[in-house]
Amino acid sequence: MEITLNWYLGLSAVLFTIGVLGVLLRRNVIVILMSVELMLNAVNLTLVAFSQAVGDVSGQVLVFFVMSVAAAEAAVGLAIVIAIFRNKLTVDVTQINLFKY
Amino acid sequence: MAAQLLFFFLAIIAIAAALGMLISRNPVSSALWLILNLFCIAGLYLTLNAQFIAVIQVLVYAGAIMVLFLFVIMLLNLSALPGLRVMDWKRGLAFLLSMAMLAQLVYVVAMGLDVLPQPVTLEQTALTGSALEIAKALFTQFALPLEIVGILLLVATIGAVMLAKRRFV
Repeated sequence: MEITLNWYLGLSAVLFTIGVLGVLLRRNVIVILMSVELMLNAVNLTLVAFSQAVGDVSGQVLVFFVMSVAAAEAAVGLAIVIAIFRNKLTVDVTQINLFKY
Repeated sequence: MAAQLLFFFLAIIAIAAALGMLISRNPVSSALWLILNLFCIAGLYLTLNAQFIAVIQVLVYAGAIMVLFLFVIMLLNLSALPGLRVMDWKRGLAFLLSMAMLAQLVYVVAMGLDVLPQPVTLEQTALTGSALEIAKALFTQFALPLEIVGILLLVATIGAVMLAKRRFV
């Protein structure tokens, strides 16, 4: 059984779905941010698999950019979490509902 | 034979680590499960002959981003949230929608994709994944996005420092 492109895409789909479940079902803000990182990693796996199947290096260059953007987004997201924690002393998303009427 | 074994080994551990991150009560345990998952994905990059991206994954993702997450978890001194396992209709609907999305993705993958106009040899694949080819594309074809990403990282650094400061003076 040859490991073709489809195996990598299927694995990436499963990891992406686990990330989506993490964002929807968890109450801890930091675990939600980690699930977003998992989703980005699944997409990176798809990009690298396609890049190696087609022989084009642009997929891996895009992975490079996605990793940089993910690092920037993680830093700013965690800074926001720290700023919110300073006032509300919680990281539970069901308690952070300042925009609710 | 070894290639299939390696892929299945890494894939099973990656999925198990992702589920472990999902299920853990303690946020530190979630972070450690995610680090294991990132290492498995780096191994999968190596099976795909993408050497540069595998090393960058270990350095940047597992080495910098996850360390940042662990710093913040330790800084906020979080304990495990009390497990309020209320299985109301919203969580059930979220699970059903996620399973529907997974079914759609797996269906698309199982239909088969004809992406190979000409077959790619192994030497070509190893060359594609090397740092030389990525640098060639990055500094000629993708030079403008590279500079913009540099500015983006600067903006993110300034923003993170401003947001986490105690006073805005």
